[in-house]
Amino acid sequence: MGRPLLYRSPMPGLGLSMGITLTMLSLIVLLPIGALLLQGVSYGAEGIWATVNRERVWQALFLSFRLSLFAAMFNLVLGVILAWVLVRYRFPGRRILDAAVDLPFALPTAVAGIALTALYAPNGAFGALFKDLGWRIAYTQWGILIALIFVGLPFVTRTVQPVIAEIEREVEEASATLGAGRFHTLTRVVWPMLMPAALTGFALSLARAVGEYGSVIFIAGNKPLVTEIAPLLIVIQLEEFSYDGAAAIGIAMLVISFLMLLFINLTQIWSRRRIGYV
Amino acid sequence: MSDATNLRAFRAPTDEAPLARWLLIGFAALALAILVFAPLIVIFAEALSKGWSAALSSLNNRDALAAIRLTLLVAAIAVPVNVVFGIAAAWFITRFDFRGKAFLITLIDLPFSVSPVVAGLCIVLLFGANTVIGSWLVAMGFPIVFALPGIVLATIFVTFPFVARELIPVMIEQGRAEEEAALTLGASGWHMFFTVTLPNIRWALLYGVLLCNARAMGEFGAVAVVSGKIRGQTTTMPVMIEMFYNEYLSVAAFSMAALLAFLALVTLLLKTLLEQRHAAGLSASRKSH
Repeated sequence: MGRPLLYRSPMPGLGLSMGITLTMLSLIVLLPIGALLLQGVSYGAEGIWATVNRERVWQALFLSFRLSLFAAMFNLVLGVILAWVLVRYRFPGRRILDAAVDLPFALPTAVAGIALTALYAPNGAFGALFKDLGWRIAYTQWGILIALIFVGLPFVTRTVQPVIAEIEREVEEASATLGAGRFHTLTRVVWPMLMPAALTGFALSLARAVGEYGSVIFIAGNKPLVTEIAPLLIVIQLEEFSYDGAAAIGIAMLVISFLMLLFINLTQIWSRRRIGYV
Repeated sequence: MSDATNLRAFRAPTDEAPLARWLLIGFAALALAILVFAPLIVIFAEALSKGWSAALSSLNNRDALAAIRLTLLVAAIAVPVNVVFGIAAAWFITRFDFRGKAFLITLIDLPFSVSPVVAGLCIVLLFGANTVIGSWLVAMGFPIVFALPGIVLATIFVTFPFVARELIPVMIEQGRAEEEAALTLGASGWHMFFTVTLPNIRWALLYGVLLCNARAMGEFGAVAVVSGKIRGQTTTMPVMIEMFYNEYLSVAAFSMAALLAFLALVTLLLKTLLEQRHAAGLSASRKSH
C-alpha cells in the first residue's frame, strides 16, 4: 500500500484553495513556459543548435554567465561581511544600513539602470574619477559587472543573517577555551556553519544576474560580441519577429541556468555531508 | 584605575579586536555608500538638475500621465490577484497533507528563477498574434500581447510567488490548532477564516503585498517584451523611463525614475516598520536582528 495522495482533514476549503492554486499556477506560469518548450520542440534540436551556434550568441551567453559568476562571487564575500557587521555589531546608523541592503530589491531595475549609467558615464561623478585614471566603466563589461553586483547585493546578506543570529556563543567560547585565536575560530568554526546559507544566497544572486535585463542594458552599451547580454538577444530576436530564434536562446538560457543550479546544489549537499547540518 | 576603564579594556574571547571591528563596519558602510546610496542620490540630483519646475513640468504631459495611470491600473489588478492566489496556495499547502507538496512549492517559486525577458517571451509565444490562441483572441477583438492584458499577465507572472512565500512559513509556524478549535466550536469555514486565520496572518500578508506592489509597479523586462511600447497606451512608468532616456529627455526620465525611487523608499520604510513592530506576525527570516 502506498501513501495516499491526499490525507483526510477536517479543515474546510480544500476544493476552493486547491482549485485556485492549481488553476492559476497552470494558467499563469506553466502554460506560458509550456508554450516556450513547445516552440522549441517544433523548431527542433537542429534549429535550436543552428541559432545558438553562432559567434554572436555564444559570446552573449558566455558574457552573461561569466559576469554573473563574478558578480555573485563578489556578492558572496561582501554579503557575508555585511551580514556579520549588521548582526554582531552595534553602531549608530546600523538600522539605516540594514534597510539599505534591500534597496536593490525595491528599486525598479530600469531606475537602477539609468542611475548607475549616470554615475559611471565618463561625465558622471564616479565615471569622471575613473576617466582620469584612464579607466572606462560605463559602456564596457565593467559597467555590466557593477549593475549585476547591484541587483544581486541583498541575496547573500539576507540568507546568512538569520544563521549568524542563531549561532550559539558557546560554540565560539569553546573554540576560544581550546586555544584558538579569533581568526582561527572565525575561519574554522563559524564559516563552515555559514557556508550552506551563503551558497544558497550565492545561487540566488547568480540566477538573478543571469536573467537580469533592465539594470544592464543602459550601462552596457550593447555592442555585439563585446557588451551584448543574452536577454538582450532575445529582445532583438522578438523585435525582428523571429519567434523561433528567441525561443532557442531562451531555452539555451534555461538549460545553462538549470545546470549551474544543479552544480551548486550538489556542492551544497557535498559541503553539508562533509561538515554536517547546522 | 576605576572599574569602568577595566571594563572597557576587557574583551570577550568571542569579540573581534576593536580595530578589526571598526575596519569591518567602515568597509560595510563604504560599500553600501558606493553601491546603494550613490545611485539613489544621483536619481534625485539628475531629476532636479534643472530645478523643481522643470522636473514637474516634464511629467505634466499626456504620455507621462498615461504611463503613471497605466502603472497604477496594472498594480491595482495584479496585486489583488496575487493576494487571492497567495492565500489560497498557503491555505492549501499548510492546512492539508498531500504528496508532491515540495514539488508544488518549487513550481510556485519558479518565476523567481526565470529571467523576466524569458517570462515575457513565454507570454508572447502563447498569446502573440501569430499563435493559434492569439490570432483567435485578436479576431474576437481581445488582443493580449501589445495590450493591457499581456502587461497584467507578465506582471502577475513575475510577482507570482511574493504573497505565498510570506504566508507559508507563518502559517506553518502557527499550526492548525486555533482553526481546529474554531471549527469544533461550530464556526463555519468563512467565519473561521475571517475571525481566526486572517488576523493571524495579516502582518505577513501586508508584508507580501508591499513587496509584490513594489515589483508590480517597477517591473521592466517582462513588461517591455509584451507591451509593444505604444506611446500613451501600453507604456508603463519603467517603459516610459526607457523611452525618455533613449530620446535624451534626461530630466523627464529621471523625474519619472524619482517617483519610482520614492515609492521604493516608502516601501523600505514600511517594511522596516513591520519588521520592528510586528516581528511576531512575520516569518522567522523576516525578523530584524
